[in-house]
Amino acid sequence: MTVLEYMKDHILYLDGGMGTLLQEAGLEPGELPERWNITHPEVVQQFNRAYFDAGSNVVNTNTFGANGLKFGDEELAAIIKAAVANARAARAASTGKQEKFIALDVGPCGKLLRPYGDLDFEEAVKLFSRVISLGAAEGVDLVMIETMNDSYETKAALLAARESCDLPVFVSNAYGQDGKLMTGASPAAMVAMLEGMGASAIGANCSLGPAQLAGVVDELLACASVPVLLKPNAGLPREENGRAVYDIAPADFARQMEEMISRGVRIAGGCCGTTPEYISQLVARTASARPLPLQEKNRTCVSSYTHAVCFGEKPLLIGERINPTGKKRFKQALLDNDMDYILQEGVRQQETGAQLLDVNVGLPDIDESAVLTEAVLQLQAVIDLPLQIDTADPQAMESALRRYNGKALINSVNGKEESMRAVFPLVKKYGGLVVALTLDENGIPATAAGRLAIARRILSVAAEYGLSHKDIVFDTLAMTISADNRAALATLDALEAIKKELGCHTLLGVSNISFGLPDREAINSAFFAMALERGLSAAIMNPFSSAMMKTYKSFCALKGLDENCSEYIAYASAFLQSSSPQNAASAGESSSALKRAVCKGLKEQAARETEALLASVAPLDIIQNEIIPALDVVGKGFEDKTVYLPQLLMSAEAAKASFAVIKDAVLKQGRAGESGAGAIVIATVRGDIHDIGKNIVKLLLENYGFTVIDLGKDIAPEKIAAAVTEHHAPLAGLSALMTTTVPAMAETISLLREQAPWCRIVVGGAVLNEDYAKKIGADKYAKDAMDTVRYAKELL
Amino acid sequence: MTGPVLAKTYPAPFVDRKEILRYMGCRGGRADEARKTDSALESMIDECLSELLPQLTYNVSYRQFTIYVDACNCNLSFMQTDSRALAGALAGCERLVVFAATIGLAPDRLISKYGCLSPARALCFQAIGAERIESLCASFNDDISFLLQQEGYFTRPRFSPGYGDFPLAAQKDIFRVLDCERRLGLSLNDSLLMSPSKSVTALIGAAAGEKPDCSRNAQNSCRTCDDRDCPFRR
Repeated sequence: MTVLEYMKDHILYLDGGMGTLLQEAGLEPGELPERWNITHPEVVQQFNRAYFDAGSNVVNTNTFGANGLKFGDEELAAIIKAAVANARAARAASTGKQEKFIALDVGPCGKLLRPYGDLDFEEAVKLFSRVISLGAAEGVDLVMIETMNDSYETKAALLAARESCDLPVFVSNAYGQDGKLMTGASPAAMVAMLEGMGASAIGANCSLGPAQLAGVVDELLACASVPVLLKPNAGLPREENGRAVYDIAPADFARQMEEMISRGVRIAGGCCGTTPEYISQLVARTASARPLPLQEKNRTCVSSYTHAVCFGEKPLLIGERINPTGKKRFKQALLDNDMDYILQEGVRQQETGAQLLDVNVGLPDIDESAVLTEAVLQLQAVIDLPLQIDTADPQAMESALRRYNGKALINSVNGKEESMRAVFPLVKKYGGLVVALTLDENGIPATAAGRLAIARRILSVAAEYGLSHKDIVFDTLAMTISADNRAALATLDALEAIKKELGCHTLLGVSNISFGLPDREAINSAFFAMALERGLSAAIMNPFSSAMMKTYKSFCALKGLDENCSEYIAYASAFLQSSSPQNAASAGESSSALKRAVCKGLKEQAARETEALLASVAPLDIIQNEIIPALDVVGKGFEDKTVYLPQLLMSAEAAKASFAVIKDAVLKQGRAGESGAGAIVIATVRGDIHDIGKNIVKLLLENYGFTVIDLGKDIAPEKIAAAVTEHHAPLAGLSALMTTTVPAMAETISLLREQAPWCRIVVGGAVLNEDYAKKIGADKYAKDAMDTVRYAKELL
Repeated sequence: MTGPVLAKTYPAPFVDRKEILRYMGCRGGRADEARKTDSALESMIDECLSELLPQLTYNVSYRQFTIYVDACNCNLSFMQTDSRALAGALAGCERLVVFAATIGLAPDRLISKYGCLSPARALCFQAIGAERIESLCASFNDDISFLLQQEGYFTRPRFSPGYGDFPLAAQKDIFRVLDCERRLGLSLNDSLLMSPSKSVTALIGAAAGEKPDCSRNAQNSCRTCDDRDCPFRR
């Protein structure tokens, strides 16, 4: 009998803690327990056997920390071979009568993944793949990925398991007292991602006692359609005579676990502080318990690295702004690889109320696979909204999906055979909720019935890949009414039919409806209201459009989806305030008002004042007569120590906001931007991930009109030299915070001298000083950001 | 003696705004008066606090050891070092508390998020994070001092890898004995820096007897103390 068959109508008992037992048997503090598989096989076997004797159905191999970061490959292979052999010997020797299985235990690799650590995602996948291939070859019955406290690493491990064996995979995470993983994920988010990727069971282990994990367990049970696993600690440890004593005794542990089983937990064991005695009491106490039947939860959801977002009664807003179509500024940003701009668009959409973000970077002459993946990585590093990966290129889709930290919305598949065969396998492998367009080889049917028929066919092909109606959201395609005045009706009829007859959620790119018409917002928002009333689940829309947002907030208030109308009231009051006349610029006195706003570091006000000034003053005059003098006042204050660093930065940001308004105006008038004073390449050197200082320098340089090419942090010398050469930059700025990375700075300088002898080099950062800078061959040591600006002004 | 690894989760320590301002570089200049009336700066700090504080957790893992220290060698029982600076810091100590503390990954995320959007805010989150982790260490320090005092020991100031000649590589040993990866979710990168970055590992030595009377010294700092022969002078 396989473990999955056995689980169908039995509670599956796992084992308990191993670390404490080994320590009591003499494992020294800091000694690697996995080595004991080889040096003390009899001890490991004895404990494995004790768990089988106590009634465990599944015993984990002693391989929690066995991976290529801690052991050389040969030793790793020997350890895993020995660990599985030990578990087998224990199983053979055990007197227990229950069904017995051996799980390959896979713990965290010990390094945090990028961007907050330095382990690359694919490296992590490789590490786990090696361990799991070795274990699978030794004939374990299942893989147990456990104690993971980072959703991204969990994904890497599960992906590795799916790619290197066909065994069932259980995945268990370590939740903190706040009910979340260390990197922020909620249980619902983990279920969304792990279930989508095909985990056989999902759960929680370690960190706390059973009762303290009740909240986590309830959330897992509410979301998961697969069995839920619980393997908690015996409470919290305290010291007694030099030994760790856990505060929950075996009998209490068993009682608390019984309660969790009655709530629906189907796989039960213990973690730190639990011993065979705990398992034996747990098994005895719950001997007559039958597992609660599994229920299909039918959740249509996506997730980010923190939370899940479900399609349901309340419609969702998907921000459409990360898309180059029709946006000059965005196209330019993509071509310049200006990720900051993309991030800003993302953050602004989140601030205005988007719940998901569409990410589309499709442009001719662009490596879509690379740019889309990079955009996803950058966005998910700082924005906790789920992303919609929007591309027609299956290769770009796979690359982005693979690296996505969560369960993505995938846009899109359609009724064409070729599209379904390319996209569905990706959805199955990486998890995801896929948007299906109701069109096929014959185009878009004019009638609702035609679109419904395509939807049915898409569902039946999806079923061949093991996908169900909860994994698909239909887009019934809004087509412009300027070409066919019945187009909106067909779209809306199809939407309602799919919702009612197929029970599937729907989504629309709302803005298309008005293409070719004047005052598009009026049509868009009316159509949006109509679609919402017909049951639309989500809209891809512009959250910066107040007409659209007003429609949405009003709809939710009218539909009983906004308790006490509180969201509507909050939105309306913020809107009224921002458009009230006393906050807007009054043209007469604004000349000094802009200066004042910059000096005081008031971003919004600076932008507003600039806009007002542009009506009567030439852009260049605003810069020369308002912004630069204000910056000079603050800059001088900083040097005289009458202004502190944060105040300097806030002024710089206000100036930047003002520049952005001017730049937009200039672009609109079709003129090229004011030419900068010269391109400066800046970077934090290899090995260093601290970039606050570098970002400050960038901001101030930009303020003074320099074009800055910011390569980011942890940048290899070759990449810096290549950028300097490409732009023929007259100046390069290098930053390092740690003594350990100064050699990388020296290396970068000597490479620059070789490949770009014309380039001057300015260095800065906490570990540097005048002497050090000289020693490593820099032209200039800048003690702070203003110092760099001064040097650049002298030079360029 | 080698104790077990113990863990403690703290409620949020009191927020010391002055410290936050100090970490932001707002102290000691002629700008103090002007700063006090700078409502834009004050409200930015308020906004950053309200964005960050709810996301923080305050966790400590620690363990006790018996140690043997002479002038130039420290046998910490889980590691040996000839760091003179550490030997000085642990002079006269028989016991050692090794701890790791973290407030989680939220500050890193926000610093990274605002790095390009608003360096002023990034700086502010950096400062708040620094104040929070220091406050957590101070809370733990108070606890452990009190505990050891009851057993007849007094504690010395905490000492971290990278101070003086105590090599940063000791991070690896500390991670090993505290099982930091598993218990706190900490990790070390190739440069031996920790993720989350707002984390601290340190050693606190404890010596038998009464704490030297520092009350004569108003500032409670060795630098300003007259007792030049004090064995605990740093």
